[in-house]
Amino acid sequence: MYVVGDSIDTDQIIPARHLVYSMTVPDERKQYGRYALSAVPDRGQGLPEGHTPLTAPDAWKSDYSILVAGSNFGCGSSREHAPFALREAGIEAVIAHSYARIFYRNAVDGGFLIPLESFSNLIDVIRTGDELQIEISSSSFKNLTTGYDGLLKPLGDVAEILRAGNVFEYARQAGFIDEK
Amino acid sequence: MGQTITEKILAAHASRERVTPGEHIWIDVDVLMTHDVCGPPSIDIFKREFGQEARVWDPDKLVIMPDHYIFTADPHARRNIEILRVFAAEQELPHYYDVGSARYAGVCHIALAEEGFNRPGEVLFGTDSHTCTSGAFGMFSTGVGNTDAALIMGTGKIWVRVPETMRFVFDGELPPYLMAKDLILTVIGDVGIDGGTYRALQFTGEAVYDLSMEERMTLTNMAIEAGGKNGVIEADSKTIEYVRERTDHVFEPVYSDADARYESERVYDVSVIEPVVAKPHRPDNRASVSEVAGIRLDRAYIGSCTGGKLGDFRAAAGLLKGQEVRIDTFVVPSSTHVAEEMRVETIGGESLWDIFVNAGCKMGHANCGACLGGPIDTLGRTTGEEIVISTTNRNFPGRMGSRDASVYLASPLTAAASALFGVITDPREVLV
Ligand code: SF4
Repeated sequence: MYVVGDSIDTDQIIPARHLVYSMTVPDERKQYGRYALSAVPDRGQGLPEGHTPLTAPDAWKSDYSILVAGSNFGCGSSREHAPFALREAGIEAVIAHSYARIFYRNAVDGGFLIPLESFSNLIDVIRTGDELQIEISSSSFKNLTTGYDGLLKPLGDVAEILRAGNVFEYARQAGFIDEK
Repeated sequence: MGQTITEKILAAHASRERVTPGEHIWIDVDVLMTHDVCGPPSIDIFKREFGQEARVWDPDKLVIMPDHYIFTADPHARRNIEILRVFAAEQELPHYYDVGSARYAGVCHIALAEEGFNRPGEVLFGTDSHTCTSGAFGMFSTGVGNTDAALIMGTGKIWVRVPETMRFVFDGELPPYLMAKDLILTVIGDVGIDGGTYRALQFTGEAVYDLSMEERMTLTNMAIEAGGKNGVIEADSKTIEYVRERTDHVFEPVYSDADARYESERVYDVSVIEPVVAKPHRPDNRASVSEVAGIRLDRAYIGSCTGGKLGDFRAAAGLLKGQEVRIDTFVVPSSTHVAEEMRVETIGGESLWDIFVNAGCKMGHANCGACLGGPIDTLGRTTGEEIVISTTNRNFPGRMGSRDASVYLASPLTAAASALFGVITDPREVLV
């Protein structure tokens, strides 16, 4: 897993100049995986040591699938390209101490990532490269490298949207919108 | 117990008598706004989910305002505009503000106000986090992503979690050296970058109601910089007059009940607030200008939806008239309307536009410009280790282009005073 600090905003997750790429054309969308988290200052890339880009300079995808972040993850702009870029890089779940509202919503409604919340800030007790196991059903995690384990906050209402796949599937199942 | 303006607007749009903070509800949307960065992917999702032949729920309620990557040669950015153009034609959208046409309006949040889409009591969503700006008109407005925008395009509906409201009261008379930007940077410094997460930020008090609509928009614009879901200011006669001059649309202002419940209340006496900046690299990293005075600068940027309105330029031009800037100073109007007015409005017989030109400023066309970095050829974009004083709203690493640049957020008065000396300067030093 890969660790970043507090208040990582969407400009750092995917810088604005890359937002011109199509999110559907395969040859272009992979750019989002390449540039995910690329504007995080070097010393903050892959804590605690830093200087470890999420996606290696010559790669399109990351070797990591879980991201651990501090508080207020995803603050700033409303760009859905942010959770999308992390997903394109290969991230499936994020554990943050807290999230900015729009990022959280985008992650859930688009079905890009599972945004989990930790009770305390984990960035000081988990290191980039540690192997982490998350169990959604019991809202818990275990650091397989160090043996450290703990509980996460339950997903609550949004679990239904995540289970459905995205907000459209959820709205169809709930009868808010017609079947496709 | 009573409800806040935000709760009452949301309840009305959910066809309910009342709602409670924390509840998830589905509401009807009055206006959806999108632009060139998030519009094309929202359209893709809309078609994926509702079919290639699908029609938007109500063409009269969808507003498309390209503004972000407008004056660039970047082929991908130009393609985005083309996608909007085709979609607007196919869906016969009456409110598409095409680039290169006489309709082109500039930065969406300012143009929404100018074109009469901000109306008290209504609900407006936009694919831009600063959509909270419209709350200055006594309405509920907030930013969403492409997926949520596509859902609204198809259905006119969206789910929201009802926010609690934090109330900020500004008492007293605003001194001439302060602007709304100083007030909001003070608030963000106090509550912190996530102190308003999931909450409504409501602004009130005589100092707020003394402000012009433009200045009120600076307050609500930056609600998101404290994590807020929406910013809101109840309508008064100024609001109603502004809106009536721009639209015949019928609207019904909504006000908080006297016994509404607030999550918190903070009261400020504006006579003791100082001009402030937000130091790199966070909008809540507040310092008074006097604490950072003398810091050497490479450039100044006066523009954006936060600091590129007519009143912002009036304030800056007042200081720059007859003087010369010492550092690269970029002046980028937020809207085409503002740009026109800058040529009409004069100080001592000289137009605001000419004052900037004669002071040696570099003038831009109305658009977002370097506020968010943008394509490499964007005017005023940082590329190295520049130290910038800017009237924009965010200073995260890389926001204005370069990850290595340092951005100080400030009011137009502070930015202009600093441009004159090439170091951060308290506007009180130059105001006569
Ligand atoms: S001017 Fe800046 S903050 Fe405002 S909409 Fe444009 S990019 Fe966003």
